Amino acid sequence: MTGLTVGPVTPAAAATHRPSEGSVHSWDLSTGVDGPGTRFVAFLSGCPLTCLYCHNPDTWKMRDGERTSADAMIAEASKYVRFISAAGGGATISGGEPLLQPVFTGELLHRLKHELGLHTALDTSGFLGVRATDALLRDTDLVLLDIKSWHPDTYRKVTGRPLGPTLDFARRLADLGQEVHVRFVLVPGLTDDPADVEGVAAFAGGLGNVTRVDILPFHKLGEAKWQALAKPFTLHDTPSPSPEQIAGVREVFRAHGLNAV
Amino acid sequence: MTANPAEATATERAWKGFKGGLWRDAIDVRDFIQRNYTPYEGDDSFLAGPTERTTAVWKAITDRFPEERAKGVHDVAYDIPSTITAHAPGYIDRDKDLIVGLQTDAPLKRAIMPYGGWRMVAGALETYGYPVSEELEKVFTEYRKTHNAGVFDAYTPEIRAARKAGIVTGLPDAYGRGRIIGDYRRVALYGVDRLVAVKREEKAELDTLPAGGLGLEETIRLREELSEQIRALGELKAMAASYGHDVSGPATTGREAIQWLYFAYLAAVKEQNGAAMSLGRTSTFVDVYLQRDIEAGLLTEEQAQELVDDFIVKLRIVRFLRTPEYDELFSGDPTWVTESIAGMGEDGRPLVTKTSFRYLQTLYNLGPAPEPNMTVFWSPRLPQGFKEFCAKVSIDTSSVQYESDELMRPRFGDDTAIACCVSAMPVGKQMQFFGARVNLAKTLLYAINGGRDEKSGAQVGPSTGALTSEVLDYDEVMARFDEQMEWLASVYVHALNVIHYMHDRYAYERVEMALHDRDVRRTMACGIAGLSVAADSLAAVKYARVTPVRDETGLATDYVIEGDYPAFGNNDERVDEIAVRLVEEFMRKVRRHPTYRNAEHTQSVLTITSNVVYGRKTGNTPDGRRAGEPFSPGANPMNGRDTHGYVASALSVAKLPYEDAEDGISLTNTVTPDGLGRTPDERIRNLAGVLDGYTASDGFHMNVNVLDRDVLMDAMEHPENHPQLTIRVSGYAVNFVRLTRDQQLDVLNRTFHGTL
Repeated sequence: MTGLTVGPVTPAAAATHRPSEGSVHSWDLSTGVDGPGTRFVAFLSGCPLTCLYCHNPDTWKMRDGERTSADAMIAEASKYVRFISAAGGGATISGGEPLLQPVFTGELLHRLKHELGLHTALDTSGFLGVRATDALLRDTDLVLLDIKSWHPDTYRKVTGRPLGPTLDFARRLADLGQEVHVRFVLVPGLTDDPADVEGVAAFAGGLGNVTRVDILPFHKLGEAKWQALAKPFTLHDTPSPSPEQIAGVREVFRAHGLNAV
Repeated sequence: MTANPAEATATERAWKGFKGGLWRDAIDVRDFIQRNYTPYEGDDSFLAGPTERTTAVWKAITDRFPEERAKGVHDVAYDIPSTITAHAPGYIDRDKDLIVGLQTDAPLKRAIMPYGGWRMVAGALETYGYPVSEELEKVFTEYRKTHNAGVFDAYTPEIRAARKAGIVTGLPDAYGRGRIIGDYRRVALYGVDRLVAVKREEKAELDTLPAGGLGLEETIRLREELSEQIRALGELKAMAASYGHDVSGPATTGREAIQWLYFAYLAAVKEQNGAAMSLGRTSTFVDVYLQRDIEAGLLTEEQAQELVDDFIVKLRIVRFLRTPEYDELFSGDPTWVTESIAGMGEDGRPLVTKTSFRYLQTLYNLGPAPEPNMTVFWSPRLPQGFKEFCAKVSIDTSSVQYESDELMRPRFGDDTAIACCVSAMPVGKQMQFFGARVNLAKTLLYAINGGRDEKSGAQVGPSTGALTSEVLDYDEVMARFDEQMEWLASVYVHALNVIHYMHDRYAYERVEMALHDRDVRRTMACGIAGLSVAADSLAAVKYARVTPVRDETGLATDYVIEGDYPAFGNNDERVDEIAVRLVEEFMRKVRRHPTYRNAEHTQSVLTITSNVVYGRKTGNTPDGRRAGEPFSPGANPMNGRDTHGYVASALSVAKLPYEDAEDGISLTNTVTPDGLGRTPDERIRNLAGVLDGYTASDGFHMNVNVLDRDVLMDAMEHPENHPQLTIRVSGYAVNFVRLTRDQQLDVLNRTFHGTL
């Protein structure tokens, strides 16, 4: 790729002077699943959550990732600028939990946005939202926020962690006027309690900055990875939700004025 | 111009309302289109569904498919060598057909075309249980020489050995070469008489011997060819007359324009069993006529669509009688009735018309189908409504392929069409000598084994001495590879020269060439297969540690690979540059050899479905591929080695230089619906965006399949439930249920790009 323009030096750019290396699981190009359009997606290693339905349990441990410099990631992403500019899309930092490596994530977002001119997205559970600096969020065009349950007990059961930080982060994003897409994974018998769904929908609908809600049906395609890691996959017998169930949940969100798909 | 005043008046009547220009005085269909077409920038909302008549006619055909699939053929006219006029008129339903004409006297009944070679005809008849006429056998073996017989008279022992070893493969020495597109539109626009008059003038210019710039033999050959062309045009008129139509003058209505165009095409497929019998670029031409009728109140949208639907029905049932060996190379009974749609004009207006939409709409009105091979010339500048309709059709039917208008237009102009899969040629001005392809992966093994074949042990390539070092050294392998490629290019071009000399002599495409300018540009269309296997193997040698395992004769038959290597298909420069270098290098070597009729050398990176057969004929390779495993199709990365998604995979392929592969670079992508987005609308927008992105990145061709693997697995078990399931393979589309089980498994094992 030639003709890249280097963006103006902003305070956040100072981050580039720090040792900028992170633990990276992999990178990928995807369409329509990690934010709008075709995107360069960096999957960082390490996650404080241990979601029962996680389809990438191989990204849980930071030490399992590969130490990779921000320069290398940006060089990789730069190969796709021409394609993405024509196709529509951008870049997404996902994981794992990218905010487990906030400095690295911040630098990647900054450089993707300002050096490469790409639309940027941060895919996060919000549990570590407090680690996202305002500068990092200024370099983020879109936050893909997982709200896994409204009920604190269910949230803890699913993720092993408390719900509060995610909600705090969501409110902060609303205060900042940051565009958010909420993701809600519908797991029969786990996250499909009507009161639970209604709670997430009402909360998201009240924020004012949520432009889309993705109802993601639970699937078991990641089960093999659990087996490979010798971890018990407790949802083995859980079915995927029926189309009717998904449609019903979508309607709950729509009733709160949300663009649920 | 027409001399007869009555004819002149008839012509003026036929052209009423058309804007004049150069096209009136010379044969120039492009000029006619440019001055008269109406670009359409809207969406698909105007389109009409199928009429009852259309549905009934199509059902009459599809009802016969299960039996045809089971038997291999529906029926064969086994005792009549086909010519333009050999068969009595045939109909699907005489009362219902809007556009008439069949290759023989009944639908799906295949003709025999012995000029290519008698053995193939006899073999096919025996395969399908039809009698082989002793009389015809005598004619075509004793009295009348065929293309196939001529070729084998002039092949050298070296060519025969290379052919037998499967390093030079799929050559059109036992079947029709095809890949010649007559400008069938000329018949509709000018009528046959005018075309004959022009051909006579062209011939008269050669009455002195030798004629300007041409040698003695060239002049005589061309004069004979022109006489054959004129004769074929006469037969075209006679054939049309047998259906009650007089095509001596121009078409006067939309229906006649389609009918005249189809008669011209039909004449070609009555006479030539070419590997690819492509249609050209007809939709926007036809649109001028349909638009004129609609504006005059003579035609409704529903009627216009019905005419297009009926035309497409006819194109869908073009059939050729072929042997099982042929079917193995080109699986699924393909005919490559390729129709090139859309693209941008040189003046910046899109060549998209309502009829571009109508052609694609047939995939809904009649259901998905592999033929005609719908090929959209893609440009990011195409109208958004059309782009989204294409993407929608792809998502719903997997029946469309895309080729970069941005790469073709600057080289070939805006009246270019695709022959077969990826071969671009200006319509009526250029033809090619189709040359199949050589096996580059096997060539690499020859380099390691000093020209000995890794399967038979025979010395086929030049004896350069086997490499003896314990671990393969990249520079050493490359030096030997270079020598073997040098030899291969020489044998290959030599074989093609023989083939095309004989094809011109014994199986000349009379009517197709009658619908060309006299002085056409010819290309010698070479090709390579196994590119990604060769590139990955070289990357393994360079970046990992590859130790050959040798048998007692010193022949390397297997490889131990230690360490990782970068694989083609991940947009990784380390290996991609090897693939680029191989394309450039082989092209450079091919260019050194003189060609029959001074054809310009080109090459393609395309396999069609022959990747399975090439794989079967190739031993273990240093990339870890096992002997007999299929190659990836076309320029595709090897299955499962492209681990960063289909965009990264596609961008590796996009690096292959079109200027050194002007006969096309084929990429087949299969993506699951979920891999394009979550809602129908966003999937459409995203796919259109991906095509924009690929074109903007200098990608040339993309077959797009949007499929779930489960559907294919179900179709393997229950073919009866998926009679029209269509998938794109390398450069064309097939009915999935017509593929051999090996081919089906190959498709199934290919990378499906989805989400997890």
